[in-house]
Amino acid sequence: MAVEQPAPVTAGGDQSRIHDIGYRGYDGPRLGRGYARRSLYSQSLCGAYGLGRSVKSKVLPMLLFVVMCVPAAIMVAVAVATKAHELPLAHAYTRWAIVMQAVISLYVASQAPQSVSRDLRFKTVPLYFSRPIETADYVRAKFAALASALFVLTGAPLLVMYAGALLAKMGFAHQTEEFAQGLVSVALLSLLFAGIGLVIAAVTPRRGFGIAAVIAVLTISYGAVSTLQAIADVQGNTGAVPWIGLFSPVTLVDGVQSAFLGGSSGFPGGTGPSGGEGAVYVLVVLGLIAACYALLIRRYKKVGL
Amino acid sequence: MIATESLSKRFPRVTALDRLSMDIGPGVTGLVGANGAGKSTLIKILLGLSPATEGRAAVLGLDVATEGAAIRERVGYMPEHDCLPPDVSATEFVVHMARMSGLPPTAARERTADTLRHVGLYEERYRPIGGYSTGMKQRVKLAQALVHDPRLVFLDEPTNGLDPVGRDEMLGLIRRIHTDFGISVLVTSHLLGELERTCDHVVVIDGGTLLRSSSTTDFTQTTTTLAIEVTDSDGHPDGTRAVREALHARGVETHDEGGGLPGAGHILLLTAPGEETYDLVRDVVADLGLGLVRMEQRRHHISEVFTSSDDQRKEAVGHGG
Repeated sequence: MAVEQPAPVTAGGDQSRIHDIGYRGYDGPRLGRGYARRSLYSQSLCGAYGLGRSVKSKVLPMLLFVVMCVPAAIMVAVAVATKAHELPLAHAYTRWAIVMQAVISLYVASQAPQSVSRDLRFKTVPLYFSRPIETADYVRAKFAALASALFVLTGAPLLVMYAGALLAKMGFAHQTEEFAQGLVSVALLSLLFAGIGLVIAAVTPRRGFGIAAVIAVLTISYGAVSTLQAIADVQGNTGAVPWIGLFSPVTLVDGVQSAFLGGSSGFPGGTGPSGGEGAVYVLVVLGLIAACYALLIRRYKKVGL
Repeated sequence: MIATESLSKRFPRVTALDRLSMDIGPGVTGLVGANGAGKSTLIKILLGLSPATEGRAAVLGLDVATEGAAIRERVGYMPEHDCLPPDVSATEFVVHMARMSGLPPTAARERTADTLRHVGLYEERYRPIGGYSTGMKQRVKLAQALVHDPRLVFLDEPTNGLDPVGRDEMLGLIRRIHTDFGISVLVTSHLLGELERTCDHVVVIDGGTLLRSSSTTDFTQTTTTLAIEVTDSDGHPDGTRAVREALHARGVETHDEGGGLPGAGHILLLTAPGEETYDLVRDVVADLGLGLVRMEQRRHHISEVFTSSDDQRKEAVGHGG
């Protein structure tokens, strides 16, 4: 009993120090769920490029952004200097993301875990869900933020090429059409890659594993599918090539754009899926995006508080 | 502030809450129970995040089943476990959490600075949280629960992992949340002694049922126990005994302090129904020519009440069986 007496006295001393400035309540506006969701979106989008984070975490996303854009700038510079009537790479707007798929995969692998694994690993998620924001708000904000970050990453080089092409006075209508098709293509790719990356990251709270798993799923599947397609093509089994292409994210996007967005196919033999097959590709892409969203919602229903 | 009506929560294997009915008013309320008594489940339901199996509950007059979002806008929550990312500073983190609560950017920054200062974080708030001590981390957790100026905060085991000094500081802070900030508090703990000093009201739950709900004054001050200690003199070599006999002669019952602490034999405990007892003790000691070393109020500990109610329950069970 007597031992307890001194303790409150020291606590009292500290209190009076903290006390100096009185407490002020807050009676300003409370902007609710929609605002919280938008704030989370913009914070996550900036975070995907390391803005508002440490200098160290800015290095990789910025570097990858430069790697995406500089070759496009060089290509454009060459085209302008040689007064070419077409960009050196045929169907450059739709091809660019496929050619650069390794860079994009690396970006997803590095940024998807930082976007969601931190909150899971340090158990910050319950703090969100004890606020007006709900599971669907959180998932949508994170999904939209990573997809937007990817769209910036994949769209910026297209913009560089388009600007260059107009400077070089290439055909305006033709360039604009291809540029628009390219944007649609990278938008699809951004949604698909963001979904896959986030689902994998959300089930691997350890960041290192998350990075490895995303790289494995995105690039190894592409390698495996390309190899199988090549084997099928060599064996003269060309009918199987488009169907094999359904099994990796990169070839999926490739198939969609060669069927509907005027792109050339990277498939062996250079023939992409036909109209009917292309429709299957579109359905699979949209189905995968929806499935990723549903899986994320399910995952966060479980971990919330 | 909080009202529940035969609130039950059953999981496939366990019943976490069993027809819990209670009514909690403004002030600091302690929610006491052993680990697994249903405290965290109750908080989840009150935040509107987990539907009750049956029964109803309202927080700030809002129904938890239908108005969860409105409740969460005006309530703060400090979880029991670690929940802080190590790579951001306390300021950045709390600003972000303030915006998640719906505060506009400028207000979020101002409130963050204010709140961190009130919980006792100064210059260190610009450093990454990873380098903080447990006590500082608890303060950040508390700050994020208070930053949007809620009307009520749920604090889940806020003193967990703190050393005795840190514990006292945290308890003092919790007291101030109500007295200075005007925010009501529901604080859980499995340690009864802590809540005795901090809370106005204590709710004891065990196995998902309400064991007892009453104000701490009821718990600890139904009778005031007076502890007195006197010096010895030449006339009275055993001063304690002399006082005891003199008091007995005037009809006051005394008992010795147990516990075997050093000096326990020299302390007399007596029940003081009113102020006149203090005068009586003073006069008796003065008449005997002894020095009065100590005369202080002793409160009963909640734990005694808890034990006795536990005994009663066992008794009731014994009679029933």
